[in-house]
Amino acid sequence: MTRYSIFSLLRNALNYHEDWPRAWRSPEPKSSYDVVIVGGGGHGLATAYYLAKNHGITDVAVIESGWIGGGSTGRNTTIVRSNYLWDESAALYEHSLKLWEGLSQDLNFNVMFSQRGVMNLAHNQHDLREISRRINANRLNGIDSEFMTPQEIKTFVPIIDLRAGGRYPVLGASIQRRGGTARHDAVAWGYARAADALGVDIIQQCPVTGFQIENGRVRAVETGKGTIEAKKVGIVVAGHSSVLAGMAGFRLPIHSLPLQALVSEPVKPVLDTVIMSGAVHAYISQSDKGELVIGAGVDSYVGYGQRGSLPVTEETLGAICELFPMFRRMRMLRQWGGIVDVCPDASPILSKTPVEGMFINCGWGTGGFKATPGSGWAFAQTIANDMPHELNAAFSLDRFRTGYLIDEHGAAAVAH
Amino acid sequence: MLVIPCPYCGPRCEIEFSYGGQAHIARPEDSAAISDETWADYVFLRDNTKGVFLERWVHAHGCRQWFNVARHTVTYEILASYETGAKPPKLDFVTQV
Amino acid sequence: MTQSFRLPEGGLIDRSHRLGFRFDGRDYMGYAGDTLASALLANGVHLVGRSYKYHRPRGILSAGAEEPNALVQLGEGARSEPNLRATQIDLFDGLRARSQNRWPSLNFDIGALNNGLSRFLPAGFYYKTFMWPASFWMKYEYIIRHAAGLGEAPRERDPDHYDKTFAHCDVLVVGAGPAGLAAALAAGRSGARVILAEQDSILGGSLWSGSGETIGGEPVQEWIATTRRELEGMEEVTILTRTLAYGYFDHNFVALVERVTDHLSDRPAALPRQRLWKLRAKQVVLATGAIERPLVFADNDRPGIMLADACRTYVNRFAVRPGKKAVVFTNNESGHLAALDMAAAGINIAAIVDLREDPMGSASERAEAAGLRVVPGSAVVGTGGQRRVKQVHIARLNADGTQALAAGETLDCDVLAMSGGWSPTLHLFSQSRGKVRFDADLGCFVPGASAQAERSAGACNGAFGLSDCLAQGFAAGKQAVKDAGLKIGRQAGATPRAGNDDFLPARWTWEVPSDKPSGRAGKAFVDFQNDVTANDLKLALREGYQSIEHVKRYTATGMGTDQGKTGNVNAIGIVAAAQGREIPDVGVTTFRPPYTPVTFGVFAGRDVDGLLDPNRKTPIHSWHEQAGAVFEDVGQWKRPWYFPKAGESMSQAVKREVKATRESIGIMDATTLGKIDIQGKDSAEFLNRIYTNAWSKLAVGRCRYGLMLNEAGMVIDDGVTARLDDFHYLMTTTTGNAAPVLAHLEEYLQTEWPDLDVHLTSVTEQFATATIAGPNARALLAELAEGIDLAPQALPHMSIRDGRVAGIDARIARISFTGEMSYEINVPASCGLALWQALMTAGAKYGITPYGTEAMHVLRAEKGFIIVGQETDGSVTPIDLGMDWIVSKKKDFVGKRSLTRPDMIKSDRKQLVGLLTDDPKEILAEGAQLVERVLPAPPMPMIGHVTSSYESPNLGRSIALALIKGGRARMGQKVQASLANGGTIACTVTGPVFLDPEGTRLND
Repeated sequence: MTRYSIFSLLRNALNYHEDWPRAWRSPEPKSSYDVVIVGGGGHGLATAYYLAKNHGITDVAVIESGWIGGGSTGRNTTIVRSNYLWDESAALYEHSLKLWEGLSQDLNFNVMFSQRGVMNLAHNQHDLREISRRINANRLNGIDSEFMTPQEIKTFVPIIDLRAGGRYPVLGASIQRRGGTARHDAVAWGYARAADALGVDIIQQCPVTGFQIENGRVRAVETGKGTIEAKKVGIVVAGHSSVLAGMAGFRLPIHSLPLQALVSEPVKPVLDTVIMSGAVHAYISQSDKGELVIGAGVDSYVGYGQRGSLPVTEETLGAICELFPMFRRMRMLRQWGGIVDVCPDASPILSKTPVEGMFINCGWGTGGFKATPGSGWAFAQTIANDMPHELNAAFSLDRFRTGYLIDEHGAAAVAH
Repeated sequence: MLVIPCPYCGPRCEIEFSYGGQAHIARPEDSAAISDETWADYVFLRDNTKGVFLERWVHAHGCRQWFNVARHTVTYEILASYETGAKPPKLDFVTQV
Repeated sequence: MTQSFRLPEGGLIDRSHRLGFRFDGRDYMGYAGDTLASALLANGVHLVGRSYKYHRPRGILSAGAEEPNALVQLGEGARSEPNLRATQIDLFDGLRARSQNRWPSLNFDIGALNNGLSRFLPAGFYYKTFMWPASFWMKYEYIIRHAAGLGEAPRERDPDHYDKTFAHCDVLVVGAGPAGLAAALAAGRSGARVILAEQDSILGGSLWSGSGETIGGEPVQEWIATTRRELEGMEEVTILTRTLAYGYFDHNFVALVERVTDHLSDRPAALPRQRLWKLRAKQVVLATGAIERPLVFADNDRPGIMLADACRTYVNRFAVRPGKKAVVFTNNESGHLAALDMAAAGINIAAIVDLREDPMGSASERAEAAGLRVVPGSAVVGTGGQRRVKQVHIARLNADGTQALAAGETLDCDVLAMSGGWSPTLHLFSQSRGKVRFDADLGCFVPGASAQAERSAGACNGAFGLSDCLAQGFAAGKQAVKDAGLKIGRQAGATPRAGNDDFLPARWTWEVPSDKPSGRAGKAFVDFQNDVTANDLKLALREGYQSIEHVKRYTATGMGTDQGKTGNVNAIGIVAAAQGREIPDVGVTTFRPPYTPVTFGVFAGRDVDGLLDPNRKTPIHSWHEQAGAVFEDVGQWKRPWYFPKAGESMSQAVKREVKATRESIGIMDATTLGKIDIQGKDSAEFLNRIYTNAWSKLAVGRCRYGLMLNEAGMVIDDGVTARLDDFHYLMTTTTGNAAPVLAHLEEYLQTEWPDLDVHLTSVTEQFATATIAGPNARALLAELAEGIDLAPQALPHMSIRDGRVAGIDARIARISFTGEMSYEINVPASCGLALWQALMTAGAKYGITPYGTEAMHVLRAEKGFIIVGQETDGSVTPIDLGMDWIVSKKKDFVGKRSLTRPDMIKSDRKQLVGLLTDDPKEILAEGAQLVERVLPAPPMPMIGHVTSSYESPNLGRSIALALIKGGRARMGQKVQASLANGGTIACTVTGPVFLDPEGTRLND
């Protein structure tokens, strides 16, 4: 792998950038692999990378029906944080955040992880209690988390209207200063390039059409590019988890819902942190390019259409206009939709499945992007060792039977 | 924005309705007699069909009646709506999953 | 300054109506009918902006929505707005605008240093560097962020307001060019309800760009006027100008934004600035036209280099000469049309450089006949000029047009008009999920199969001749009426006739050949706004970003505020050529809404300044306000939190309220509790199934407390339900859960148990409720009550009776959330205030004290009563709460089966307990986490958290409730509450009931 650096950039400039190598190869699939990862999003590519890097398993293919990073990885609002309430979630997301902190250097690809802080606003006494509970839990889990008074919020974010029109006044906030945003496409590309360099085959335009399962054990993956034998298969296809599980003959407690996001036109820096409000279902940050990046809520019905409805846009921008009355004159440049796989307890599934040798990583809901490194890390270990990593042991499929739910929407009040 | 045909009020805009997930799931009659697994399936497992899906809606800001809808979850085309308890109509669509 | 480039006559401008405006601090004049762009050009101003990345000088490229360069900051102060396209700003008197993304000035911009460094800043350079040292990214990012962005966000609250409206129509026609007008005519004449939406301020669209054309024998200007009059005369036709159909959603729902006052210098305050139309159309006709493409050649971005058709538009519609001496560069007939019209306007045409070896077509014939110099089989391979194009360099092409031979002559000019062909405006069609297909002859994507009830007509459908446009539009209008299922009562009449010249033939070269090796000549821009060059695209491909979506994202092509309207098809063509693939195999990137940017405020509409969500107030609210109550939001309700007297702190007020209630009498507004009226002969059975406890034996006139679970076994609500009659119950819910609980009940009733005879009605709004609590409650009520025996035996705790209180019909429930003797007096909502006042007056002698939710919380916590949402969080079962006594072992109920799952019966689940701090003066923070032992540093295993914590004036100490792992087995044990400041508070686990465990006070 040609290392990227200011020097390689200068050197290549002299040659009119004609000698840059491909960031990753485009091989035809081999007839068999030790591990086939289905799904070339951030989580799938990270899984492949950590299989190779942490476990020395390099006979790996990542197969992607379209182009890598084209699903939820390329459609989310890029928020990274780890201030989750429950111990299990906190451990997983915090591991992820620690990986984020060295990711650009690890991958030698600038993923532009910007630790500009993530704030969760409280608008009533109930929110305040929940925020206080979460901050305390975070602190004891070794996760940075602070309370901010309205005055501190105003100092930190001068453009916010603490009255928010009077309906949802800002009474306080939690802030995780190590949280922030990252460049979503770069995460997919960076993992792809680094995994490729370790020998992983990344195969795009290769839809999965079925699985060969013998005596309860997975044997091969049927694809648009032929049958690929696999000792182990990891399914990481946010948005289509149920469809793939269906092909393998098992069901998931998942709903696939349309989630929409939008950006404004780019403007000079005006917002230097990430603001989230669970009460009004809105979150906002400003990209390095200058666009206000705004997340909206989900539509309530099952939908694979990758588009959101107007009422959700209206609600979200209504809330943004209350929190930031000066943004009313800003303009929406582009809106889009993705598909989120939501579990009943708003926590993911990183688990073995009823099919031997087959593993599933799904159910991240609206919050999967931030987990990309940690998810890949834990899932790689789960696949390599045929048993869950301690980080994801609790996120099993079995928890719905036993009742060991990790209910993040109940208490965290922010599912994103 | 969907137009949902309420069997009682006629076609109305989606903002008048709330969603109720998969239709035709019967609550187990004798829950004490079933396994934890069967119970968990009832509580948490629903089809998540990519294709024509039989689902429940309630006309929350209208007649407050629950009813069922056959909707394609990719095109969002609505093929039928019918009263709770009625059998689904015959549909020509092939369900993908 | 004079409008020295204004033509003496012609154009759709009103020369009698002069408008003054200011751009970058200089004053200019224009005319009504101008856009800011046309007025600037009339004054000879071409340099209007700087590009995003390299800060290159940029001028006005187009005359419409596709403009990538001429973005300005419009207005000042609170009404300032960034990134507006000068080509779409209607000029008004007093307009103020300035250029963007330059410092210190447009003419001298420090950022232009980037242009010199551009060799080191290829596409995606930022992914490859700024990684060392790791901690420096935030510093690099600061610089990058400040270099990026275009205009500036307004810094003040937007003083304008916005509106929304719903609409329905039989036929929506989008676009009022020739095809759209013909469609509207045909549909309108048949009597259909038609909405014709046009983003421009005028009807006619592209007809205003041309010259000398006729429709049905009339000059087009007259045909437009006649058509407009006819449409305006139709009762069912609505014409919306300045209205952008920005998005096409499911089920033929189209969102439009109307600019109501933006173009006025005096804006009536009563009018909204903009209006969102939420439109459901039975049928849609898309007549959205087409956008001309630039040619991709070295240094194709200098000010003065414009689209050919834009030059025509400025000459013909705005009577503006874009320059004095023009070179035209084209691969199709459109360039020749522009040359002819510019020549007619007195512009010296230096040459028409045509990529085609043998230009033929009616326009090129006319150009030749007019004696214009045509240079065939040649290309512009470079341009000169700093802030305005000054020369173009041309070169002869080889026979197959793939290579430029040695550089040829250099021509002087001050404008270069280019035409690279046309791209139909497919945005709405694509958003409707229609599939586009590539038409190799037309050199563009055109609509394929439709997915919704729409049809395309005219240029957006690949029909570029005027006659074809009119015919397609007219036919589409008629067909739409038919497809809408309307009986056509009237005749649509005959199709308007006109000439039918189009821009073909053309020679498609996506990247103009250069006389120098790729990358060695100047920059050949594909995306002007994001400064993406043909070389950037090829670099992305070399590096393995092969999918068109990857190319787009890696280079940011098509991701500017113009969303690639001029550049995307060229980009696809260049990628296809570089990959050796056909364009259809490369595919298109997604057309995402909106078509052009839409103001946030219009989505909020009137739901701002406190109207985002309803504020619900009880009938007694005005009294609370006068009493100086501080309110808290509970769901949508405003509830008195506490009633401070002058000089009192919250803590003092709450203490006083709590003490008064325990010692004499307190009064609280309980109107907000949800109330559901339940009737029908199976009501008791229904309650059996919904609540955890049994209801069959509850006597008429008695009340019972119930817990409601979801199927996962988690507590979702609680409240008291009263039996009013054999088959009549009144359920109360928590304030925030009134609506969800009703929905929960209806769902089970209708979908699981339709055989039950039960009817549910929300009566929350029908009653006002005053709760009086305390030792003197009965005495006070006795004074005011009629027709009801208040004796303890007659009306014991947990019973309900009808009667009259203070002359008002009332339903009196003796129930208690405070642990005191307590009566909830329900009266018709309209009498709530009267009841309250009567109670306050009569209660004065007892020192009756209004108390708020905070005092209520203290009072109930002293008794160990839970609050759903505070002691519970969606993960708490009745067993966890120690409320086994209310969970029936016999009958089934919603959620019961879940309570016996393996993890539900574990002894180390979090259980509700009381907590007493070792120091009675210390008050725990709600949300504090509890540990067994404090470790020197995190992580520390947590065993639970404090759910409620108060200073209890009655107990003279602090009290708290907590959920602790295996809490009931820890009675008497010490736990430590960890504080945010690192300190700890030692506490002892106790039972959750702190006061009167026997309940003597409430049973009194």
